This record gives sequence, structure tokens and C-alpha cells, in this order.
Amino acid sequence: MERYANIFVDAVFPGNLALALFLGMCTFLAVSKNVKTAFGLGIAVTVIQTITVPVNNLIYQYLLQPGALSWTGSEALSEQNLLFVGLICYIGVIAAMVQILEMTLDKFFPALYQALGIFLPLITVNCAILGGSLLMVEKGLTLDESVVYGFSSGFGWALAIVCLAGIREKMKYSDVPAGLRGLGITFITVGLMALAFQTFSVIKF
Amino acid sequence: MAEPTPKQVLTDPLVNNNPIALQILGLCSALAVTVKLETSLVMAIAVTLVTGCSSAAISLIRTEIPSSIRIICQMTIIASLVIMVDQILQAFAPGLSRQLSVFVGLIITNCIVMGRAEAFAMKNGPAMSFLDGIGNGLGYGLILLLVGFFRELFGSGKLFGINVLTPATEGGFYPQNGLMLIAPSAFFLIGLIIWVIRTIKPEQVEAE
Repeated sequence: MERYANIFVDAVFPGNLALALFLGMCTFLAVSKNVKTAFGLGIAVTVIQTITVPVNNLIYQYLLQPGALSWTGSEALSEQNLLFVGLICYIGVIAAMVQILEMTLDKFFPALYQALGIFLPLITVNCAILGGSLLMVEKGLTLDESVVYGFSSGFGWALAIVCLAGIREKMKYSDVPAGLRGLGITFITVGLMALAFQTFSVIKF
Repeated sequence: MAEPTPKQVLTDPLVNNNPIALQILGLCSALAVTVKLETSLVMAIAVTLVTGCSSAAISLIRTEIPSSIRIICQMTIIASLVIMVDQILQAFAPGLSRQLSVFVGLIITNCIVMGRAEAFAMKNGPAMSFLDGIGNGLGYGLILLLVGFFRELFGSGKLFGINVLTPATEGGFYPQNGLMLIAPSAFFLIGLIIWVIRTIKPEQVEAE
């Protein structure tokens, strides 16, 4: 249990995908103008992340890593190292999952589907998702750990974008210097948020 | 609008239409590598090459791709190029490759590559697309190098790993600034760079 708790805290605060690793920045900055859409996108990313990271973990363990194909029982296959096609496999899984989520949302939650609009297909090229899978491989997580990691990294991203959207909604009322308006001040806000998230890095169970 | 000349296509993204500062593209995989100037430089070169080559390749087959599956086609081309870059780095610069870790792979989802393919390469010839890709890669690299320069100089007192401001820990005068080595400083620096660019070019200021 402690192991899972540590993965969770580490992925949400000091290893936050958006604020510490700069992943998913484009959508992070573009969709954080109001809390409602930010919330919807946050949920979509969390769901996709929770599905794709474990699936990619299975692909890595049973197809790609050196000696992964030994379950086939074939001598020649078990010596293969297919890591170099890893990137294409991961992105394929992600694209497929996003497509499925898009169709599900369109059928059952049309309001949310309308609100997310163009950003749903863009999740495919959201670096947070691919980054999550690549980091999972680099950390060498097992299947159950990867489920926890997928969920918590998505959750951390969602938390960060909802916070930022909240701040930006309030910021409409402030008087920002002309050159900083819009993108500039957002970057500085994100920087301050990143500082705040870093302070949680000492929490260990 | 007049047909842009090759020179314009190449130099426009450097300052006037910078991918990071104005188009908000490609921030994703970039900022984490700017702790040191060396990694920033490698990343900038890698992205410039991938953007240029993928734009040219996509532009070559743009009339053949049905629009419904164009994203998958573009992804495959980009992913193959990135895998090449990744393998080359692992073979010739294993140390650097380890430092860059997952961020080389993340060039695939770098919105600059995708964005230029979609916005420019699908409509223009291969030669112009190549220049456009290179130009955008350079504009991106410029910001990356600027941020990397300040972070390495103030964070560890070095440039390319050579002491410039001798740090206090090695008997020098400069107390290292740890803030520059962690993530938030990159956000501050980019915010400030945008401020500078927009002060020089007021037409880029966003309307309220």
C-alpha cells in the first residue's frame, strides 16, 4: 500500500506532468481559460492516461523488451529486442484509445463532447499521454504500479489545469502590463504554481 | 497576400512568428531539457531536422493522402524520423541520450512538427515546406538556447560545462542559484522573453 501511496504523491506533486516535466503544455495553456472546460479536459486526460499506461506496460513487458517474447516458446523470437519500434506502438495505442473515447463521449455525453471539441483529438498529440507511457517504461513499473501511476499522473495534470483555470478566471480583473497580457502572465503564473507544487516533494510514506 | 519568398519563409518564424512565443506550439517536450546549454543545443538541432524533413516528406505525398487518415500518416512519418534521431543519439552520444531521456521520443508529440505539417506542408511544395520546417525549428531552438543559456549560467555558473562564474563551492565567488535548476525558472524566463518580444513588437500584444 505504501508503495502505491508513494507513487501517487510523487506523480501528483513533485513529478507533476505539467508543472515539473512540462508535458502537455500546449493544451495546458490553451484550454485553461475557464474552469468548466479545463475540468472536462482534465477528466478526459485522466481516463485516457489510466487506460493507456497499463496497456502500454503490457505491450512493453510481453512484446518489446529484450527477451519479452519468450512466452511464445520459440528460440528465435525470445532473442529479439524490439525496443526501437516502441515509440510507434505507444502512439498507436494512444491514438486508438482516444478514438474510442471520442466515440463513447459522442454517444453518451454529447454535451461534454461539444465542449471539448477540437481538443479531444488533440489529446493524441498531448505529450502528457505519451510522456506518461515513456516514463512508465523508464521507471520500470510493474502492471499494478502502472495502473496507479497512470491514474495519478493524469489526476495531477487535471489538478494543475483546473487550478490554473481558476487563477486565470480571477486574473481577468487585474491590470496586467500590455506586453505581458495573455500568454506572458500565464507563464509566470504557471511558474509560481510549479514552485508551490515542488514544496510537496518531501512527503514520503 | 503576395507569395512569400524563400527567405521570408525561413526567417519569419525566428522572431516575427516565433513558434513558442506567439503560436504557443512545442512547449511540451522542450523546457525540461534547458537546464544545460549542451542538451538545449542537441534538442534544438534534433527538432529542426525532424521538422524540416517531416514537412518535406509530408508535402511530397500530400496529394496522395486521403484527408480522413492524414493524421495517422503524418504521425507515422514523424515517428519514423524521431526513431532515427533517437537511435543515432544512442549510438554516438550515449551520455547525452541518457540526459535527454524520454524527451527525444517526445519530439513525436511536439506540436511544432505536427502543427507545421498541418498548417504549411499540406498546402505547399516540398522545397518551401522544408524551409518552413527548418525556420520553425530554428525559431524554437533560439528560445531554447536563450533559456538554456540563462539557466546554466545562473544556475551552475557554467556554459557548456565550462566554469564562467566560478561557483562558491569550488572556491570562487558565485553562489549557485538553485532556483534556476528547477522547473519554475523556465516558466519565468519564457514569460519574460515573451514580454521583451512584445514590447519590441507591440502588434503581438493580445487584446483583452
